[in-house]
Formats: sequence, C-alpha cells, structure tokens
Amino acid sequence: MPVTDVTHDLDALTLTITAEFAAPVERIWQVYADPRQLEKVWGPPSYPATVVEHDFTPGGRVNYFMTSPEGEKFAGYWRITAVDEPRSFSFEDGFADMDFTPNPEMPVSTNVYTFTERDGRTRATYVGTYETAEGLQKVLDMGMIEGSRAAINQIDEFIAS
Amino acid sequence: MSEDDEERADALFHALADRTRRDIMRRVLAGEHSVSALAAKYDMSFAAVQKHVAVLEKAGLLTKRRNGREQLASGDVRAVRSVASMLTELEQVWRGRIARIDELIAFDTTTHPDQED
Repeated sequence: MPVTDVTHDLDALTLTITAEFAAPVERIWQVYADPRQLEKVWGPPSYPATVVEHDFTPGGRVNYFMTSPEGEKFAGYWRITAVDEPRSFSFEDGFADMDFTPNPEMPVSTNVYTFTERDGRTRATYVGTYETAEGLQKVLDMGMIEGSRAAINQIDEFIAS
Repeated sequence: MSEDDEERADALFHALADRTRRDIMRRVLAGEHSVSALAAKYDMSFAAVQKHVAVLEKAGLLTKRRNGREQLASGDVRAVRSVASMLTELEQVWRGRIARIDELIAFDTTTHPDQED
C-alpha cells in the first residue's frame, strides 16, 4: 500500500497523510495538472468526478461535479492559492451550486499538497484543515451517505452475481 | 460494541438501506427542508415520505421541529461521531484517492510498451 504515514491532529482539525508512489514527481504532478487524470482519482467509482474548469494557477479555480448512481450532480470547487510546480500547491476546497457559485453554508477546507522525489519515487504529503468540527461533520455527513450507498450497491452486486 | 451500540447500528443501517431515505438525508444534511417540500420531490404520497422521515428520525439521523403548520427536518448525525472518528473517516476518503493514483500510474507502466492498436 502506498500510504506510509497518517497523523490526526484533533485540536487543529488537521489530517496529514503521506504516501509514496513508484513514479517521479512530474508524473504525480500531472495527475493534478491534467483535468482528465484528476477526475479519475478524485471521486470514488460510484461517484465519478467531472472537471469542467481547470485553471491551475494562483487565484484560479478548478470546478467539478460528482454524479450519484441516480444521476444527481453535486458541485464542488478548488480555489488555488499557491502553485510551485512540481513541488507543491495549495487550495481551498468547498461545495458550490450547479453554476459553481461557492455555497457559503457549506464548510471550506484548506489543503496543501507537497511532493518530493527520492530515487525516482515520489513522497506525497497531503495536509487538510477544517476550521470547525461542525464543518468537518457536515462534509462527512454528505460523504457518509455516499459511502453507505456504495457499500449497499456492492452488496447488491454480490447478490446479483 | 455494547448492546446499545449494536441496536443503534441496526437502526442506522436499516434507515440508510433505502434509496429514498438516503436521498432525503442528502437533502436535509445540506439544509433544513419542510416535510411537504421533501414530499414534492418524490413520486409517492405525503404519508409515505412522512414515514421515511420518521424512520430517519428514529435512527437519530435527522431532527424535526414545528414552525406553524409546517414540520421542518434537518440532518443530524453529530451524536454518532467524535472528532477522532471524523478524521478517521476523512482518512478513508483520502486513502481511496491515493489508491486510485497508484492504480493510474501503474496503468502507465503496464500499458506503455504496446499500447498502439
């Protein structure tokens, strides 16, 4: 498994996860810099992501939506705050309306992704911070429904096979 | 898990093992909805939707309050989780993304030499 370390900071509401990939930094950078690759990894298979705008520069926006198995769409955005290709980038991640206007009632997380290379392999460090426990709760509440749905669909598939 | 936890898990999974109820949850987690506004979203009777809302309420997933003649429902699962378990849940989402990146780059190396058709 590529994940090498995980830290939970309960006071700062920060999750830090470190992973190691068998590819150089430039290859991992591409995953984020190329909208077609980003949408392959961002959403789970049951909730695929579609990236509709991808301005990967400071102040730029990455707009995407995720589609439920029933075809309902949920929109989200990244507001890019810093880019240091191919070493790191920072962004705010939030929910939006279907015209990609940020939804102020939904929480925003602050994220810093950092990539360092050693012997042709990439160590990726992902740090995400929520401002309040309620904010994190809200995000997970949405995700929990997705997760239980995915699990239940898997049971359906198992029974059908 | 204690007997209480087991019962709560049963109620939770029963409540979420229905497509309409999961859909109702997604709506009420994003914001408060009146039961009549929810009922208008589905091709079923008001009473049927009200029944779904009652199951979710019993599982502790949503709370209802009265406002005049309306019943307003909002999502509430905070009782179920601590900050520690929330970060663990978020970790699972991130692990999923990392696993997908790993698959994506593995696909490069396995298909690169003879990808032409």
